Amino acid sequence: MTTPTLTEPSVPAQDLPEMTTVPETGTVKATLRAVFSTWAARISLIVVVLIVAMALLAPWLGTQDPVQIAPGERLQGSSLAHFLGTDSYGRDVYSRVAYGARISLAVGAGTVVISVLLGIFFGVLTGYFRWADLIVMRFMDGLMAIPGILLAIALVAISGATLTTVLIAIAVPEIPRVARMVRAVILGVRTEPYVEAATCLGTGIWAMVWRHLLPSTLAPLLVQGTYIFASAIMTESILSFLGAGIPPETPSWGNMMAEGRVYFLLKPELILYPGVMVSLTVLSVNMLGDVLRDQLDPRMAKRL
Amino acid sequence: MTDIASAPKVVLSVEELRVDLVPAGEKPIVRNINFQVMEGETVCIVGESGSGKSVTSMAVMGLLPKGSLAVTGGRILLDGEDITRVSATRMRELRAAGVAMVFQEPMTALNPVQRVGEQIDEVLRLHRKWSSAERKKSVLDMLERVHLPDVQRIYRSYPHQLSGGQRQRIVIAMALILRPRLLLADEPTTALDVTTQKQILRLIRELQDEERTAVVFVTHDFGVVSEIADRIVVMNRGELVETGSCDKILSDPADDYTRMLVSSVPSLIPRCGPIEKTPKVLDVVGLSKTYGKKGFGKSGNLVHAANGVNFTVRKGEITGIIGESGSGKSTVARCVIRLTDPSEGAVLVNGNDIASTNNLKAVRKKVQYIFQDPYRSLNPRRTIAQSLMEGLVNYGMADAEAYAKAAETLELVGLPAGVMGRYPHQFSGGQRQRIAIARALVMKPDLLIADEAVSALDVSVQAQVLDLFETIRKRTGIAVLFITHDLRVAAQICNSIVVMQRGQVVEAGTAADVLSAPQHPYTQTLIAAAPAPGWDFQNFRPSRAV
Repeated sequence: MTTPTLTEPSVPAQDLPEMTTVPETGTVKATLRAVFSTWAARISLIVVVLIVAMALLAPWLGTQDPVQIAPGERLQGSSLAHFLGTDSYGRDVYSRVAYGARISLAVGAGTVVISVLLGIFFGVLTGYFRWADLIVMRFMDGLMAIPGILLAIALVAISGATLTTVLIAIAVPEIPRVARMVRAVILGVRTEPYVEAATCLGTGIWAMVWRHLLPSTLAPLLVQGTYIFASAIMTESILSFLGAGIPPETPSWGNMMAEGRVYFLLKPELILYPGVMVSLTVLSVNMLGDVLRDQLDPRMAKRL
Repeated sequence: MTDIASAPKVVLSVEELRVDLVPAGEKPIVRNINFQVMEGETVCIVGESGSGKSVTSMAVMGLLPKGSLAVTGGRILLDGEDITRVSATRMRELRAAGVAMVFQEPMTALNPVQRVGEQIDEVLRLHRKWSSAERKKSVLDMLERVHLPDVQRIYRSYPHQLSGGQRQRIVIAMALILRPRLLLADEPTTALDVTTQKQILRLIRELQDEERTAVVFVTHDFGVVSEIADRIVVMNRGELVETGSCDKILSDPADDYTRMLVSSVPSLIPRCGPIEKTPKVLDVVGLSKTYGKKGFGKSGNLVHAANGVNFTVRKGEITGIIGESGSGKSTVARCVIRLTDPSEGAVLVNGNDIASTNNLKAVRKKVQYIFQDPYRSLNPRRTIAQSLMEGLVNYGMADAEAYAKAAETLELVGLPAGVMGRYPHQFSGGQRQRIAIARALVMKPDLLIADEAVSALDVSVQAQVLDLFETIRKRTGIAVLFITHDLRVAAQICNSIVVMQRGQVVEAGTAADVLSAPQHPYTQTLIAAAPAPGWDFQNFRPSRAV
């Protein structure tokens, strides 16, 4: 298999005394290891895992049909039949909270996927192919100038309130932020000698992006992704609370709070339970993001 | 206050100095350093990267980074006062009036948004109770003394408006305006061109003679050492290897490490004869590169990075392009592999003009490039195997075959194939440069472009890598275009030399002709400015007049 042209070493193989096994800081593997060594991160991770489990396993957690109306059992307190009582239509609050996690997490995850994928696309386009920069980035600047919530309300008003519309409405304003970040990273990396070296080796455009440019955006994207995830859950709650979000018959934390508002003085738990869930989720996801950022960008950690 | 001329006063005395990491490491970073510096004397601390020379000088300045490095033993006496024990306030006083420092990179040592005159003035304002008129006069005096032209204008200039040499003069003026007893210079000329370096060295010498300042000069460059040192301190891996007078160390070093270090310095005597019979691999004809666009309402302010450049490289030949920064040598190299598109002229590789071809992939199979900085030319996230195989796989080779070829080439450059799975950060600078060379060679190019490929390496490693180029040339008959600013390196390895200045070729010929009998005044200046032209380091003796 080996061609015998250059087999014999020309210089005696050197012993390698300077070789180290110190892991390089900033790699994803090292980061994850460090993340799980802090208490804040462990607790937030446990909370997030619990909430995800609740969303996935909702039908098996002793819940009832979350949309089953029971006019006879309106506004009941906690009982064995209804762990967290019932709402103004007699629906089981515990079941609605559990199923509501599905909506919130779906919105969070969906937003991250949409905004990160499109953000990478536009970021690479503008960062690597400089001719696209002027046009695309001005468009992005315009998008960033519109307040996110207003844009979302407008989009939902135009195309009707469905989960997909809400997802798009929340994801679109995040795209410019991701795109700018990816663009900045790529602008920094594209003049690195190792990228030029790859050019000299005949590496094509797509291989270049995949092998040499995108890997450096991974760490900042990981951090940004957690923030987008948390902020999307917040935005969804706000939209639903304002009545411009998920259709009212769907159990979501925002919808529950919107409906509970009327009975705030009579039965504050109706707002409390979903409110606590939103806060817990957003808080722990944000904390995970903070720990990730501290690990990946230590300079920021010292400043804050 | 007895002043006896025959016994000069000791200004700095470092005794048994030990510096350690703050949670103490296995072994102190710097161990048992002893040396003295007399009034009016220049002591050079020489060593390769990691030798602890900079840590030693920072300890003397009291500038060790708090919380990560600390003096754990020994004394540093400045005029008899132990500065490892003084208070922070006293240290601040000493730092201005007792000991001053000049850094490597003048641009970062100066505040970019303050006029340089005011920056020097600030030193006086903090340490002297003078009126502003007195201070201004003193600053202008000092600017005169460091031989800056038109001092009134310089006083009002910002750092970016000055050249590198001028900036370093400003930093020196700032360091010396309080007439310190000791000047610490940490690689002050490394970032400068040779001609500027020569002037700065002369300036330091001159000011020292006037003020009887003691100078500690930290450097890796034996050329500079032989120009300026009275005594030499050689350091290696945190230990003091040898001290002695300049002549003693350069002509008769006692320690093996010192011998190796001194003999690694390439001499200025060209070693390689011309190669004339073999076919031309590269023929550059009338190559020009201009920056800045005409028309479109823009002023026709064109910069000629390269202007009508002609030269050839033959099979098995190493052609050097030498010149100072801004001479256009890198632009030419980048045009040859089309990292930069030439504006005019032809670049013939094996007879085919590549200056305007669109088939860059074909060009890059024939020509490969080695970059200056081995720390940045390898993707830190990819294993050595991935980096080495990248080119082959790009041209359609199967993974297994590419892997075998990569392993083979790695052994050719002197690294075991067993390291293929490692990442770049696990290697030293010299090893990385070997990997970068292997990555270029694995493509079996006809022409290799080495752009300052040994400039970032320590002398001993540099000597090894130069040997490697020599071996590869012999075995493969590859043609090499070798870009360097260092005449000694060029003398060591090149068959023929092209000298560039401001985008133009001013002289070209065989290495022997250009270096021994330079015709153009610029070449003559360059050779005269090269530190220690008259010393043959490899043989520990003055070089014979050629």
